[in-house]
Amino acid sequence: MKRRSLFLNSTAAFGFIFLYAPIISLIIYSFNESKLVTVWGGWSVKWYGELFQNDQIMDAAFLSLKIAFISATLAVVLGTMAGFALSRMGRFRGKLLFSGWVSAPLVMPEVITGLSLLLLFVALENAFGWPAGRGEMTVIIAHTTFCLAYVAVIVQSRLVVLDDTLEEAAMDLGAKPSTLFFLVTLPLISPAIIAGWLLSFTLSLDDLVIASFVSGPGDSTLPMVIFSKVRLGVTPEVNALATLMIAIVAVGVIFAMLYMRKQNKMLAAAQEG
Amino acid sequence: MNASEIKSTITGVANPVNTELPLWKQPDATPFVRIENITKKFDDFTAVDNVSLNIYKKELFCLLGGSGSGKSTLLRMLAGFENPTSGRIIIDGVDMEGIQPWNRPINMMFQSYALFPHLSVADNIAFGLKRQGASKHDVKTRVAEMLDMVQLGHLGKRKPHQLSGGQRQRVALARSLVKRPKLLLLDEPLGALDKKLREETQFEIMNLQEDLGVTFVVVTHDQEEAMTLATRIGVMNQGLIVQTDEPHDVYEYPSSRFVAEFIGSVNLFEGFVTEDNVDSVRIESKEAGCPLFVAHGISCAPQQRVHVALRPEKINMTRIKPAQDDNCLKGEIIEIAYMGSLSVYRVRLQSGKEIRVTQPNFARDMGERFTWNEHVFLSWDVDSSVVLTS
Repeated sequence: MKRRSLFLNSTAAFGFIFLYAPIISLIIYSFNESKLVTVWGGWSVKWYGELFQNDQIMDAAFLSLKIAFISATLAVVLGTMAGFALSRMGRFRGKLLFSGWVSAPLVMPEVITGLSLLLLFVALENAFGWPAGRGEMTVIIAHTTFCLAYVAVIVQSRLVVLDDTLEEAAMDLGAKPSTLFFLVTLPLISPAIIAGWLLSFTLSLDDLVIASFVSGPGDSTLPMVIFSKVRLGVTPEVNALATLMIAIVAVGVIFAMLYMRKQNKMLAAAQEG
Repeated sequence: MNASEIKSTITGVANPVNTELPLWKQPDATPFVRIENITKKFDDFTAVDNVSLNIYKKELFCLLGGSGSGKSTLLRMLAGFENPTSGRIIIDGVDMEGIQPWNRPINMMFQSYALFPHLSVADNIAFGLKRQGASKHDVKTRVAEMLDMVQLGHLGKRKPHQLSGGQRQRVALARSLVKRPKLLLLDEPLGALDKKLREETQFEIMNLQEDLGVTFVVVTHDQEEAMTLATRIGVMNQGLIVQTDEPHDVYEYPSSRFVAEFIGSVNLFEGFVTEDNVDSVRIESKEAGCPLFVAHGISCAPQQRVHVALRPEKINMTRIKPAQDDNCLKGEIIEIAYMGSLSVYRVRLQSGKEIRVTQPNFARDMGERFTWNEHVFLSWDVDSSVVLTS
């Protein structure tokens, strides 16, 4: 066992406190009896009950989960295709433009992404009558657009390190390109795809700025509802909601990490020989 | 039907062919793989340069060359992973142009083995059969058969990363043979194994090839591997096949300086022809310091510069001057490497050239052996050396 210095230990401790103290205090305050968020009034779970009674929050939560699920799935499909084009097609006309377009949402300020998408939707509606008004559909399109950039980058980096001979071996054994993709390539890049899906899901669930631009009346996502509530003062219900979301995300992340660790170990062992 | 007719039906000999000779020595034999004027260019670089080659049924043909010699590119063109820039590949009478890798009657064993890490050993072997649409029962029996053949019957359920290097190599071999290909390509099949395992596996591959009667094309950079495995060797250099011959001929009768130096070790003397007879030549060499007499004729211009190649083990080393004037050099031992079964000596001639000599260690007694700085005579028979004009 390597001896760790006091300095390393204290930096690690400071880092953990810095990251987790706000979350822990939020979780503790979600069990606060008092109606005032800043005053401790003893333990209680009553705000969780109140939360489930609040239709506005529950509707927004379901809408957000639905949007996150659909746009993460679409982003994974489109992002994987983009990642393939970038890493496997060699040089093609407009490759630089394409790779720039794929990585643009990563660096573009959200306000600009949101505004430009809004202008596009309005122009499309005027020209073709679709999408009719803003709402769930436009949010899904917007989220898919920026999430697919993340998926493309993750998938591309996985494909680059993937041993080409595995795909050649599959072809050699009689697999046509489509069979080869589903039986060999897809299973081998599945950690990247799962990571991309989870990241997209979280990003979509989390997004306030872009959704504010492209969403319509009556289709408020959860972050939009929370944000509007917080402006009028934080209610204990929001703490309870946040705690639940943290729990869901934590479980998801733990499973994803365990799965990816197993996959990586297998791949590393297979590639070293 | 009379007796002689019956006999010819049974033995199937309508036109009696000389079965004593291997196929590649029969002038009218049809080659199984015909490579005709194949060229492959990557941008400006020519990886394979107008190569033509015939490979016959049941051969174990080795493509031998250094890195960048084009041997792997040639193999990949056979498998269909690369398309030739020009030329044709004909396998079993079928032109391979436009035939995709998954439709070729060929399988390949990859240098990295390329086992699918997410599939078990049995599923790896079954992969090719399932693509053919074989029935579940067939797949099961064939996989079990192949696992037994490579002596891994008990490891079918393991994943590749749970196997040792030698076991992975066997799985790769089983996977590439399970579809009973007409032609098996092996890319450095023993490259990743340690020396001892390599020797064992070499013989296993040879036995397997004989039992199954499949034609093998092996790519290797290891000349010992090529010598042991091959029925014939094609030596490649800079995209060209410089010599195609049986291992013995490649070693004893190299066609060029490159081949002589690439395969085994060799001593080369530069000189010019002074006497050009039908069945012998005499060569004057400053480096050697004595006339070199070689008992085979060459086609060359008078006074042409040539090289005489002499293998280290063909040299006799003595303390007393032998009774011949040709092919007799005088020198001083400057280095000795004792390797157990034989010793390697470096002998410096009066011209300053250093000669490599190997002598088997017949006697156990150290006293009789040559030592450092000893003056010795080196001599060899007239038919031990080869004249190289290129």
